[in-house]
Amino acid sequence: MANGIFFEAKNLTMRFGGLVAVNNFSLKLNGGELMGLIGPNGAGKTTVFNMITGTLVPTSGKVIWLDEDITGLPPHEITARGIARTFQNVRLFVDMTVQENVMVSFHHKIKASFWQAMFGLRKYTKEEERIREESMTLLRQVGLAHLAGEKAGALAYGQQRRLEIARALATSPKLLLLDEPAAGMNPQETMELADFVREIRDTFDLTIFLIEHDMKFVMGLCERIKVLDYGNTIAEGTPDEVQNNPEVIKAYLGEPKNAAG
Amino acid sequence: MTKERRNLLLNIASIISVYIILWFFQKYGTEYQIRILNNMAVFITLAVSYNLVNGICGQLHLGPNAFITIGAYTAALLTMSPAEKQMSFIIKPLIWPFSVIQAPFPVSLIAAGIAATIFAFLISFPVFRVRGDYLAIVTLGFGEVIRVLCNALQSVTNGPLGLKGLKPYTTIWWSWSIAIFTVIVIQKLINSSWGRAMKAIRENEIAAQAMGINPFKHLMMAFLISAFFSGVAGGLLAHLITTISPTLFTFFLTFNLLIIIVVGGLGSTTGAVIGAMLFAWGGEALRVVESPMDIGPVHIPGIPGMRMVLFSVILMLVIIFARRGITGRNEFSWDWLFSKLSGK
Ligand SMILES: Nc1ncnc2c1ncn2[C@@H]1O[C@H](COP(=O)(O)OP(=O)(O)OP(=O)(O)O)[C@@H](O)[C@H]1O
Ligand SMILES: [Mg+2]
Repeated sequence: MANGIFFEAKNLTMRFGGLVAVNNFSLKLNGGELMGLIGPNGAGKTTVFNMITGTLVPTSGKVIWLDEDITGLPPHEITARGIARTFQNVRLFVDMTVQENVMVSFHHKIKASFWQAMFGLRKYTKEEERIREESMTLLRQVGLAHLAGEKAGALAYGQQRRLEIARALATSPKLLLLDEPAAGMNPQETMELADFVREIRDTFDLTIFLIEHDMKFVMGLCERIKVLDYGNTIAEGTPDEVQNNPEVIKAYLGEPKNAAG
Repeated sequence: MTKERRNLLLNIASIISVYIILWFFQKYGTEYQIRILNNMAVFITLAVSYNLVNGICGQLHLGPNAFITIGAYTAALLTMSPAEKQMSFIIKPLIWPFSVIQAPFPVSLIAAGIAATIFAFLISFPVFRVRGDYLAIVTLGFGEVIRVLCNALQSVTNGPLGLKGLKPYTTIWWSWSIAIFTVIVIQKLINSSWGRAMKAIRENEIAAQAMGINPFKHLMMAFLISAFFSGVAGGLLAHLITTISPTLFTFFLTFNLLIIIVVGGLGSTTGAVIGAMLFAWGGEALRVVESPMDIGPVHIPGIPGMRMVLFSVILMLVIIFARRGITGRNEFSWDWLFSKLSGK
C-alpha cells in the first residue's frame, strides 16, 4: 500500500430528496479493528453501510479501500475486493439449503467457465468439489454444519443471523460489516454472538465494523465507537468516552445508558 | 459401486430406453403417434429452456416466441434451396445472401440457435435494466415486434405468405436427441455454481449482489442460453409443420409455454418435462372437444379454440389450488427414487 490507507470514508453525504440521511460522515479503519456504529432509529447507520458497499451511491464524498477509490462501484465488485456485509432485515436465499447459501458466496472466485459446467468437465467438477468442501468447513466453524441440508428459511432466527455471517465470510472478506447482528436475540444469544464475533475476527483475520442498538453488546465488544444522530456524527471514541459524552446522552435522552434498542 | 456410478449407469440406461421406445413407435406407431412424440420433444426443449429464465432466475420473461420465430425463419431460409426460395418470394425477392445459400439441416439448426442468441444479446440490455412487471412488458413488446417484423420484412420473411413446402427433416431422432441434450446441459448448468448464482438472484437479488454475484451478467447468460435452445427448437418446429407464417408464433405460443412450466412446477426441469409431455399429448387428445358432439339428443357444434379454454382453466385451477404445480421446485433423482423404494 502506497500511503497505507486500509479503509477510509471521506465526507460521505447521502441525500434523499430533501432529507439528508447522512451528513459528512468520515471514518478511518485500521486492519484488525473492531469498530461500532450506534445512534437512534433513523440516524443513518444503515445508509452508511449502503454507501460503503455500493448499494447506494453517495451524493458526495469518497470511499477509499486499500488505496483505491471504490466510490460508486457496484456491490458485487466491492465484495470481490474484500468488503462483505450482512443485512439488518435478514436476506437469506430462503428456498436454498444452508450449504447452498454459503456456496453462492464462492461463486465470484470461480475459475472455470460456465460451458465447462454445462458439459461436466473436470476443470469445473474439481472446483465444485472444492467449494463443497470449503463451504462445509466454514459451516463447521460457525456451528451450522448439522443443518447443512436444511432450507435456510426453516432455521431459527438466531441461526439465520449466524448463517448470514457465514455467507458473508465465504466471500473471503478483509472487512466485514454487520448490520444489527444481535437484533431479535435474547441476552444469552447476544452474549454468545459477542464471543463469536471476536472469534471470527481472529480466525479470519478480519476488520469488523458493526451497527448495534444493544448498548451492552457494543460497549463490551467494540474498541472504538462512532455515534450518529440525524445523519451527523456527534461523537467518536472508546466505549467509556462515548458513554460519558453529554451529546450522546442527550441523543438518547430518556433512555438509560445500557438499555437495549 | 458408488452412488455416482450407479446414477450415471441408470441415466445411460434411461436414455437408451427412450431410444428403444422411439424405435418401437417408428416401426409400429401411427403417424398420429409420431406427431405427438415430435411435439413432446420440441415442447420439452422449449419448456426446459424457458424455465431457466422464468423458474430458475425468477424473471417473468414473456418473449420466447421471438426466439422461436427467429430460429424457425433462420433454419427455414437455410434449408430451402435457392430455386425454391425464388419461387416462394413472389411479392418481393429474397435479399442476398439468403437468396443463394443453402445449408444442411443440422447446420441450419445451429444457425437458428445462434441467430436467436444474437437477438437475445441485443435486447438483453434494455430487458435487464428493469425487473418484475416492467421486464414482463418489455419482453412481451419484443415478442410482438418480431411478429410485426415478420409481416413487414417481406424481402426476408416473405411477409404474411410465410414459407411453405419445407422438407419434413424433423424426425423423432432429431427432436428427441436435441430434447435430451437440452435437458442434460441445462440441468448441469442449473446444478452448477452458475445455477446457484441464478437461484440466489431469484431469491434475493440485493443479497446475491452483496455476495459478489453480478446479476446482469448471470441473467444475460440464462437469457442467451435459453434463446439458443429456443431458436434450435424453432428450427425443429419449422421442419415439423413444414409451413411457417407470422401467425404461428404469437403470444399464444408464449402463453402455452407459461402454462407448461407453471403447471409442471416453476423452477423444476422435471416439472417442465412433465408439463411439456402432458401438453403435447393433451393438445392432440383434446381435439375431440373441438369437434361436433352428440350427447343424447343434444348436438354441440365444434367450437374451435375450446382446447385453449380448457388449458386456461387448468392453469387457473393450478394457480388457485396447487400453486407449486405438479413437482414444485423438486427434481427427479435416482437417490430420491431409491429412498422411496426402500421405504424412506
Ligand atoms: N433508499 C432510501 N430512500 C429514501 N429514504 C431513505 C432510504 N434509505 C433510508 N432512508 C431514510 O434515511 C434515514 C436513515 O435511514 P437508515 O436506515 O440509514 O437509519 P438507521 O440508522 O439504520 O435506522 P435503524 O436503527 O432504524 O435501522 C431514514 O429517515 C430513512 O427513512
Ligand atoms: Mg438500520
